[in-house]
Amino acid sequence: MSKSNLVSQFTNGLWAENPSLVMLIGMCPTLAITNSVANALTMGMATMFVLVCSNLVISLIRSQLQAHLRILVYMLIVATFVTVADYMLQAYLFTMSQSLGPYVPLIIVNCVILARAEICAAKKGPVTSFVDGLGVGLGFTFSLTLLGVIRELFGSRSILNYQILPDSFEPWVVMVLPSGAFLTLGLVIGLVNYLRSRKRVEA
Amino acid sequence: MNSNVSHDKGQEFSDARTQKIHENAKVLEKIAEASQPEWIVEPGPHLSDKSTTRRLMIDVIVALIPAMAVAVWVFGFNAIRLTGLCLVSCLATEYLFNLIRKRPGTLGDFSAVVTAIILAFSLPPTLPNFAVILGSVAAIAIGKMIFGGLGQNIFNPAMVGRAFLMTAFPVLMTTWVAPVDWKVDSSAPAAVAGENVDAVSQATPLTMLKPGSADRKLPVLRELIIGRTSGSLGETSVVALLLGAVYLLARRTITWHIPLGMLGSAVIFAGIAYMAAPGKFVNPMFHLGAGAMIFGAFYIATDLVSSPLSRKGQLIYGVGCGVLTMVIRQFGTYPEGVMFSILMMNGLAPLITRYTISKPLGGNVRA
Repeated sequence: MSKSNLVSQFTNGLWAENPSLVMLIGMCPTLAITNSVANALTMGMATMFVLVCSNLVISLIRSQLQAHLRILVYMLIVATFVTVADYMLQAYLFTMSQSLGPYVPLIIVNCVILARAEICAAKKGPVTSFVDGLGVGLGFTFSLTLLGVIRELFGSRSILNYQILPDSFEPWVVMVLPSGAFLTLGLVIGLVNYLRSRKRVEA
Repeated sequence: MNSNVSHDKGQEFSDARTQKIHENAKVLEKIAEASQPEWIVEPGPHLSDKSTTRRLMIDVIVALIPAMAVAVWVFGFNAIRLTGLCLVSCLATEYLFNLIRKRPGTLGDFSAVVTAIILAFSLPPTLPNFAVILGSVAAIAIGKMIFGGLGQNIFNPAMVGRAFLMTAFPVLMTTWVAPVDWKVDSSAPAAVAGENVDAVSQATPLTMLKPGSADRKLPVLRELIIGRTSGSLGETSVVALLLGAVYLLARRTITWHIPLGMLGSAVIFAGIAYMAAPGKFVNPMFHLGAGAMIFGAFYIATDLVSSPLSRKGQLIYGVGCGVLTMVIRQFGTYPEGVMFSILMMNGLAPLITRYTISKPLGGNVRA
């Protein structure tokens, strides 16, 4: 595996195939828990951890996979790492774990992970799969954090609970509500599409 | 013809044939000239009149003048401030959006003016300036331009703007004031104390209906009809709104289907509830006069873009608006349901159109 291939595999997940802004998968956490930067960041990190580990393990056992049982095996592997992530959060970041609620266990059914297992890990070697998981995971974390920054800034005047906007700024309650998530996501996807189309014209 | 000639030039051995083709072409041209029809038959619809988008929009603006006058009388300077601010920011948003998208300007169709006025009329009079501007930007940008401009928007732009404000600033959007000259009225507690206040806060007639409301002192029906109650800027006066509605109906800018469906179903719904439990629910006439029922039925729900196309569909749409409004008013947590009911029915409008549009004779054409 050449170095440039690995780099492109990594950046692919960051931008060109960004899971939540381009592929539009993994929408449930993208919409549900981006009301603050801390939530978004934790969720992104947890998902990245699970993604990297499951990609690596699935890639290592890919020759043993039976076609009709593969989804089941993916789910078992993913569930194992989600349990690890969930318990780690409960042990070290208890309040965060409480505020994320059921969304950490729900990483199991996050289709970003299943998609990467099917597209990449089941076909390519462990190093490529590891890098792929890292890239897609970082891309996912990036887009979640971006939404979190916008929503927390306008919805609660702060970023990471540190007040940015002055008290005279009336917080837009809508931004921390689900409708604000849809609005922000729509506008951000619009912006990303605009940037991508401009790049295509230039190229 | 030219291409034919140049094509045949290479074939020198068939001069005679070339000549013949030329002759034929001339004959054909003559026939075409002779048969050039004086009247061109175009595909239907064949009925036409002089109405344009601009004319329809100006009609609505004219129809809203009485309500504007009452708003100024009841709420004073705030009425002018809200309407002016909405106008400026709506028009500016539309202009900027067209500029960014490199599209021809659309300010001339006056639809942004109508959106601005309807939005302003649906806001509480004391709403601060920044919220008014934000609501106007949301109405035009998110409600209309993002979908591709007038005619493409699924939802009524003014109601999108108001819904945005309602969810963004729930406290500001439910702070109501009494009409300006109520300061001398003994019913306003602050005036009794002799304080010099800018405005007296007072619950709207509909808020008073909700359980737990502090002052359940319902205005008499006469006050509702004239419009001397607290509430959104332009929704209070039944008589001024009806005056404009008669004008709209006479000019055929709107038809009777949506208003009748909405008001009729609301009265029937409220009437059944009133008859079933008179102590718990109020007179249906009160529901008709209070809040944005009349304003919504004649000016908001009848928006030509976001309502169904067929007459039957418009009736169904109106009934849906009326019933949903009453469900929200009587069983929901919000005191007023006109905005949400109209937005919900906007979402259903394309479906209603699809199921009620008249079929061509002999059934639909299969593509």
